Formats: sequence, structure tokens, C-alpha cells
Amino acid sequence: MASEPRVVITGMGWVTPLGHSVQSVWEALMAGRSGVGKISRFDAATFKTNFASEVKNYRLEDHLPSAEQHADAGLNAKFALGAAAQAFRQAGLDQPSVKLNPRRFGLYLGSGEGTLDFDNYAAAHLAGWDESARRVSGQKWAASAYQRMNPAREIEQEANMTISHVAWAFNCRGPASNCLTACAASIQAIGEAFEIIRRGDADIMFAGGAHSMIHPLGITGFIRLTALSSRSDEYTTVPRPFDQTRDGFVMGEGAGMLVLETLEHAKARGAKILAEIAGYGSSADAFRITDMHPQGDGPKAAMLEALTQAGINPMQLDASGRPPIHYISAHGTGTKENDKIETAAIKAVFGPHAPKIPISSIKSMLGHLIAAAGVSNVISSVMAIKSGWVPPTINYKTPDAGLDLDYVPNTPRNLTDQGGVRACLCNAYGFGGQNDCVVVRAV
Amino acid sequence: MSKEVVITGIGAVSALGVGVQPLWEGLCAGKSGLRPISRFDAQGFPSKLAGEVENFSARDLVPKSYRKAVKVMARDIELAVGAAMEAVSDAGLVTRAALDLEADPASASKLTIPSARMGCHIGAGLISADADELAAAMVTSKDESTSEFDKARWGKSGMENLTPLWMLKYLPNMVACHVTIIHGACGPSNTITCAEASGLLSIGESLRVIQRNDADLCFCGGAESKVNLMGLLRMDFAGRLAPTPAEATDGSSVVRPYDPNATGGLLGEGAGLLILESKQSATARNARVYAEVVGFGSAHSPRRPSYRGQRGIAADFNPAEPDEGFEFAIANALDDAKLSPSDIDAVVTLGSGVPSVDLGEAGALKKVFGSHLPDIEIVTVGPNIGNCMAGIGGLLAAVATKAVSEQKLPARLNAGAPVNGLRAGPAPARSATLRHVLAVSSSLGGQNAAIILRPARGI
Repeated sequence: MASEPRVVITGMGWVTPLGHSVQSVWEALMAGRSGVGKISRFDAATFKTNFASEVKNYRLEDHLPSAEQHADAGLNAKFALGAAAQAFRQAGLDQPSVKLNPRRFGLYLGSGEGTLDFDNYAAAHLAGWDESARRVSGQKWAASAYQRMNPAREIEQEANMTISHVAWAFNCRGPASNCLTACAASIQAIGEAFEIIRRGDADIMFAGGAHSMIHPLGITGFIRLTALSSRSDEYTTVPRPFDQTRDGFVMGEGAGMLVLETLEHAKARGAKILAEIAGYGSSADAFRITDMHPQGDGPKAAMLEALTQAGINPMQLDASGRPPIHYISAHGTGTKENDKIETAAIKAVFGPHAPKIPISSIKSMLGHLIAAAGVSNVISSVMAIKSGWVPPTINYKTPDAGLDLDYVPNTPRNLTDQGGVRACLCNAYGFGGQNDCVVVRAV
Repeated sequence: MSKEVVITGIGAVSALGVGVQPLWEGLCAGKSGLRPISRFDAQGFPSKLAGEVENFSARDLVPKSYRKAVKVMARDIELAVGAAMEAVSDAGLVTRAALDLEADPASASKLTIPSARMGCHIGAGLISADADELAAAMVTSKDESTSEFDKARWGKSGMENLTPLWMLKYLPNMVACHVTIIHGACGPSNTITCAEASGLLSIGESLRVIQRNDADLCFCGGAESKVNLMGLLRMDFAGRLAPTPAEATDGSSVVRPYDPNATGGLLGEGAGLLILESKQSATARNARVYAEVVGFGSAHSPRRPSYRGQRGIAADFNPAEPDEGFEFAIANALDDAKLSPSDIDAVVTLGSGVPSVDLGEAGALKKVFGSHLPDIEIVTVGPNIGNCMAGIGGLLAAVATKAVSEQKLPARLNAGAPVNGLRAGPAPARSATLRHVLAVSSSLGGQNAAIILRPARGI
């Protein structure tokens, strides 16, 4: 397969609860800061979980000169536009000397739906309710909805609107798709964009994701699933990935975006290369709608596929005697089930080498960015490769039986003395048994 | 080298009935399933007709052990699950659905394809929560003095009136998830959410996954139902729907594909799923092959996604201009198949009846096919089954597959006057020599996807 082109990352952008640029978010992660706070988006005082990790003080016009053209966009699309603008600039695509062929400029996003207009939505349901029939009257519902709901806001909730905004803002007319595989979406988007470029169907692509589910019904849905941490009195100490006392994830929001292109294309235009995507794996548990496969077969299959494509044998040490993967950016949600099964799957893949690989969950600081979680793991891995440092898993106090890997507890780690970070594995798993992994490698 | 990929199974659920046969026979007979909406009182909406699937429940189709799970399936999921059951049986596959692997692990040897080699790519939309179920829970948090929703009460206890798994009914990827669980498909799986382009994008992704040898077989297509309160409201807001008089009963005369004076489209609901398989696998198991998939292309339209208070989402999108994304998607598919425009004998499209959409598509078809266009038959399903959104691409592909395999064109309904140069006027079903058939869709939002099929050969 030597003839297949290599795919490199030349730009990155990040809008998260810990900052609105790659540099500021990375510094926050290295400082072990948390983005978690009381929910400000709506009054959640009585909700079992009344905290989340929110993006604060974000203004699209700080990132995109044409921001007013996207005034109607949902929060997720605005996050994505900001992240895309940063990635576009870092890749040098804003330079007048760069002449992109729009037909060869594609995008593959893993972006979520827009934020629900909850108050008007609830009002229409109440107005429509017919108590005697115990159902909603379409006539009464429609009368209320047409009076209250804002057309632009409703249309912007469709799950393909983020990609529409990004394509318009940056004139992408090549291959275009958006996937929404829950929490695995943006790793899957990166993986599929990687395959599209490798196949020669595009020269350059945006790949990443965006999401915001911090609205009353989004929080309700996850509370009912008992997936969220409910330590509302000690919210500054959660989530606690891999810790024995972990009790769920913390809802986050944001966007991450990459510019991907062939190595050749990047070199030809003199772009600075940040790292390469070396392998991609995807699998389905096909087990249950709620639970992961108890042996972690799905995550294991996805990791192995990504490693194999990257030409990495997980059981073989590299030339310097280290495990062949220097850092794993874990899915690490902080739920009982995920962290246990992810640990088991990592052990199954790397065997005796697993305990020697630093593994961390940046969700311990960022919260869970849902569709944007995977790309965040990739950006974080690229920064680890560039700096030689890996971010910590914060809120880690009590080891859990069987969860005995190196989770880089509480403080970041400097690996430069050991030769730095050259190869990383990034995991993302979604409800419904969706598993996606990519290998990120130094060039 | 990339592998050759063929279609060995079809499953469809649409307003013309449950199954591919009712769809194909209904199209050939010129039937329409667009009727007054019966599921709820739609008199409060400008558009009161739609293509509903009648007498359908996934309960009747899934394995007995899976019946309980139907309770946590939104309508969209049920439609896909039903289509997948048909596609599997049509393809002559033994999947987990037909076996009891727990009681008899040894029966795994009867599986046609190993689990890890089966993938699943199903396009889905933003699934609407069941209004009756949600409202019944929400009224427990109504403040009787103000008649308003009391969020504090909801947070404290009201939300407990929702079943714990409530949200899992509505996550888009649960459509593919249920299909993978029922049939034990553990290979690459994805959920593409690009409105009307989702189904063909998903088929394209399955094609690539099999070509690069990441799976031997994939379920692919799409499913959606927007025939519900939120769906009807949003698509009306988006300017996609034709207003219909209260007494109108025949939707086929409302949806007038490629007519510049048409008044809009109507919604449908449905699922279309194909079984895509490597030619190698199909040959090895001596499967019946409907057609070969020889090309795929996608592209994004340069269209500003903005709502300007008028009907039609793309206010800056000039309907007189060809839709460049639609054009590039077709051109990319032709390049991929190494074909020229004159190799295409028919184009299968929605034919939405929304002039700003249809004229953009017509302009693009003129640009791609030039002087050949008058010789190319346009197959439209909009007047028959309505716009099934993420479900439409899979249904278009199912129709294209039947056309290629039977060398026949279905009848065409059109109560309007399509633009000059486009063979989209009314026509009866007829035999035709179809060397290559293109299925293509554009979406609300500007995503476009196209696939090219040809008759099976050398198998």
C-alpha cells in the first residue's frame, strides 16, 4: 500500500469550555483546569444534575469576519465556524497566494443537531394537550407553534446545518458529508475524510465536529439514562474518569476542526505539517442499545484496525524499547461502564505493554463534548506530539480494582526525556455501540 | 485494487406499501400514496397531505426475541428495521436474526457472512420525539395558575414521567444501531445526517468500505419520517411544502416535478435499504445479483444557508442558476465510473415539486448531459411517495436497482409542465434498454450525492 498517499494535519481549531483557541485550551489542559460550573444557559436549580461544562464568552465575530452572514446559525454551527476559521488560518489557506480548487476541497463533519428552542417547544406541547383524549391535538399544537416558534431557529436545528454553514463560509464544493454517531461522530468524520483523501477524491478537507446539548431536554435525556454525574454539591470534583468513585460524565459543548490534506499537497504549497493520520478503525458492538459489550470486543476491534492500518503491531516494542503507542487519548467518560470496558479493551490490545502507556481523559477537564469529543482527543494528541507533554486525568483520587493502567493522574507529564510523543491512539465510543479510533503520528 | 461491488438485496417501506414489490408495482401502475394525513389532525397546517405508511409495525417483522425492543424505536427506526428484514431475506442471507445463538452457539456456522465483515450505513434525520408521549409527561409540570410549563417542577420530579430510555428512541444513530444488533453486523457502521442526500451518501460510503476491503457486505440506505407535528412545521418553515386546500385528497396532482409554476412538495415517510456486497462474496455464495454499483460522487452546493423570513431556506440561491453541487456530484460519479454523460440512459430523482430546488437540478442536468439530456429518461417518485427526507436516497436507489435489473421504466406522474428539454412529463411504464442508471439527490442545506448502477454481468 506504499503507493497510497499519506494524509497530514496542517490546521487545527478549537472552541471549548476552556478557551476558544488551540493554544489557550492546551494551556488550560496542561494546568489541569476544569471547565465545569453551574449551568447558566437555563435555570437548572432543581435538576438532579445542575452543572455542565459550558463555552463562555464566545463571539463568532472574533474568529470569522463574515460572522453576520451566519447570524441565524445555531450554537453548534457557530462553534464549528470559529474552529474552522482557526484551522483555515493555521493551515495558511487564508493567504492570497493559496489557490484552492473548490471542487477538490471537501468536508466531513460529525456535527450534532442545533439547540432545541425548549420554552416554545414545551409551550406548544402544553397548548396542544387534550386531557380527555390523552393526546396532542394537532390543530391546537399548530396554532401555538406557528405563533411562538421562530422559523430560522427551527430550520437551523436540522443536523446538516453545521456543514452547510462551514461549506458556505469557506467555499467547500468537494465531497461533503456529516455523520452523527453520538459520541463517536467526530473521530469517525476524521477517519472517513482520511479515507476520501487517500482514495484521491479530494485534495484537502475540513474534518471535525461540533455539538451543544446543554438545554433542558438534552440534560433531561441524559439524567434519565443515569449517564450524568449527579454530584451537584461537589461539581468542582467531577467527572472522575477511571476513579473508583466515578458516577457519570459531565455534559460539555464545543467544536474542534482539522484541515487534512495529502502530504504531497501540503508540501507543494509549503504548508507546515503538524502530524499525520496514520490509521482509522471503525466497528459496531451490535450488542445492546444501552450497554457496551462486556469484553470490549467492539472497541478492541476498532483499535486493532486503526493500528494495523498504521502498520503498528501493538505487541511489539518500538526501536527505543517503548510500547509502539506513546499516548492514548481515551474516551474516558467517567461512567462506571465505559472506563472499565475501555481499560479492558486497551489491555486486550496491548497485552503486557498496556500498563506502560500513558492514558488520559481530557474529559476530566473539558467535560464531554459529545459529537465534538473525538476531534478534541485528536487535537490534544497532536499537541502532545508537538510538545512532548501529555495532559492529565484530573479528579483522580481513588484507584479502582482492575483499572490499573497509567491514567496520568492529576498532573501533566513530560515525556521529552523518553523521546517525546511520536504516536498516539485516539478513542471515541458512542451510545448504540459505535466505536471509532484513529492513530495520530509525528511526521 | 479496489473491489467490485454489487447489489444482492433490497428492502423498502413507503406510502405505496410495505415491501419493494408494492413500491415497484405501484410506481409502474402510476399509483400515488399521497393522501390526507391520518395520523394526526393536520388541519392547522398549510400542507395537509403526505405519504404515510399504513398498517405497518416493526413488531410484525422482527424476530420474536426482539419484539420488546420495538417499544424503544421511534417511527424512523421501525421503518429501517422493517426494510432491513426484507433486504436480508431478499438477499438470501442467514444473519443472527434467524438463529438463536445464545441457546445454540454452534449455529453460528450457519451465518452467511461473519459478523465482523458486515457493515451498516444508514442515513437518518433529526428524529422527532413522539408528541403524545412527551406532552403527557410535560403536563405533569404545568403551573395551573399561569398555564405555563414549570421548569423547576420538571427538574425536581416531572421528568421522571419519561421512561429512562426515552432519549435512545431519538438519537439518529439508533436507526443503524438496531439493525446492527438484530443482524449481528459488527463491521464499520455509520449514520449520515445530510437530509435528502443522506441515503445516497450512505450507499456511497458502503461502496467505499467494501472497495477498500473493510467489509464484505453492508446494509445501506436511509430512513426517516417527518410526517409528524415538528417535521411538518419545520419543512413548512423551510418553504418545502405546498399549501393544500382542506378538501384536497389527491397529492399526486400537487407535487409537479420540474414545473416552474409548481407550488411545492409534500412529505412522505419511508426507508430504502440495499444489501451491497463484494462481487467476490456474491459469486462465492451464488447470490442473485440485481445490479452493479459502478460510481459514486458527492459535492456541496455553494449556497448560503439563511432564512430570510420568506418561504425557502436559500434566499440567495437563484433558481435560475444551475445547482453546482448537484452538477458536481453527478460529474464526480461519472468520473468515478469512468463513464461519459452519453452512457447514462435514465436518472432517478425525487422531483420535489419545489421550483427553486427542481430548477436548480434541471439546470445542473442540462450542464452535465448537454445535448444528450433529451434522450435521458427522468424517473421521479415525488408525486408517488413524497419527500421521505433521509429515507429518499435509499428508495431512489431501490427504484434504480429494479429498473436496471428489469430493464424497465416505471410510469411517471406529472400534473404540471416540466421545463423544456427534460423527459419528466407523464408516461406509462415501459420496457427500456438501460445501460446505466444514475440515482441522485440534493438536500435542504446543499449536500448532494449520486450513484451509478449497471446491469449485473459476468456472474
